[in-house]
Amino acid sequence: MDFELMLKVYPFFLEAAWITVLLSILTAILGLTCGALGAAARLSRFAGLRFVGAAYVSVFRGTPALIQLFILYFGGPQIGIQLDAFEAGVIGLGINAGAYMTETIRGAIIAIDKGQREAARTLGLSQWQAMYRIILPQSARLMVRPLGVNINALIKATALVAAISVVELTYTAQRYIGSTYKPFEMFLLAGVLYMIIIYVVGRGIAWLDRKVQIT
Amino acid sequence: MTEKTNFVEIRHAQKSFGTLEVLKDISLTVERGQIVGIIGSSGSGKSTLLRAINDLDPLTGGEIWLDGVQVNKQLPHRQYEKHINEMRQHVGMVFQHFNLFPHMTARENVTMAPMLLKKISKEEANKLAEEQLENVGMLERIDYYPSQLSGGQKQRVAIARALAMKPKLMLFDEATSALDPELVEEVNQVMKNLAEQHMTMIIVTHEMDFAASVCDRVLFMDKGVVVEEGPPEVIFKTPTKDRTREFLRKHIEGAK
Repeated sequence: MDFELMLKVYPFFLEAAWITVLLSILTAILGLTCGALGAAARLSRFAGLRFVGAAYVSVFRGTPALIQLFILYFGGPQIGIQLDAFEAGVIGLGINAGAYMTETIRGAIIAIDKGQREAARTLGLSQWQAMYRIILPQSARLMVRPLGVNINALIKATALVAAISVVELTYTAQRYIGSTYKPFEMFLLAGVLYMIIIYVVGRGIAWLDRKVQIT
Repeated sequence: MTEKTNFVEIRHAQKSFGTLEVLKDISLTVERGQIVGIIGSSGSGKSTLLRAINDLDPLTGGEIWLDGVQVNKQLPHRQYEKHINEMRQHVGMVFQHFNLFPHMTARENVTMAPMLLKKISKEEANKLAEEQLENVGMLERIDYYPSQLSGGQKQRVAIARALAMKPKLMLFDEATSALDPELVEEVNQVMKNLAEQHMTMIIVTHEMDFAASVCDRVLFMDKGVVVEEGPPEVIFKTPTKDRTREFLRKHIEGAK
């Protein structure tokens, strides 16, 4: 194994890792937003909205994320959507992650005993007041861990955007293989950096989970 | 809205789930300060009737009036929501499984609704919580979470929470059915105190002794109809209908 080479190229990998981190953060924000909206639609009293929510989930969970990225990035210009690779990566992965998060959030909301909503409504709280004062604070505790699993998955999914030429960690590894012919070292380096990112995020989620459980 | 009505008036209440008729044309009036007990086996419709009064289980036919206002008015969704939220503030409800908010202390359970809906200040709310929890003997547990309380204590906090909204009417849906036998008495005592303060109450219960001792009137329901009603002495000692006699015989034997 060529350690010397790894030491030499690792600053460039570190730079690429920041792109992966940035991509992950933006994707997570977009995913959580889509997930919250998706869950609201799935739980709406309007059948039309419920249908839209269910269709969103089944379409984006039912097709490979890579195909979704390709449609958006390569197919987009054909229907008038011009995005650079990074934008397409964030939007494509964010909407994809949102489909999974929709189910996570919805699951955490419907897991709360219906007596909670009934007790809130009998006191005179509106549907919305019951939701944000009584249901959501309890669901939030149930959501942290599974959303952490979703976020873990989306960080790893950011590797897919290498296929639409976003210069992140996986793309960088591939590029250096082209010039060094050392795929073992290059992919290993990328893998270690992914692991560090995921470890740090995992600790963050565990901390958040402990924090919401106590109060 | 000047129509003369009793304090609580249920007219021809009808409720069905698909083809299953749970309530069949039930009419009932309750005067202010009266305590009405509803007994009957499970599936008789007694809980459904109780839950219809604050529209938790909306009726499919008939009317419910409280203090001269129709509870289940026909209104567009948005207006109806506003109307029903207002109505529910006047009707306290106590559930079999307490339904305390587990993420809030006893104090917060009691103060949440008055602070949110009546916009009372934090000081007023704290005073209210102390007062209400003291009335149910739970003042020393004011800052405990529900998970730190026994079943009887939880139910007493739940009663305090309902009373904090200063309701005109209290509904009890098998308030002691989920309690260990030795904890039933403390909750019954709280309900008796309320009776002495002339709170209007409708009590769905499985406890015949309790119903006999606090209720002014008892209804026996079976298969969605009120089979027999009258003062507890009559219902429990000299019932006239076979179904009532059979129910009481089974129930009292079952308890022994």
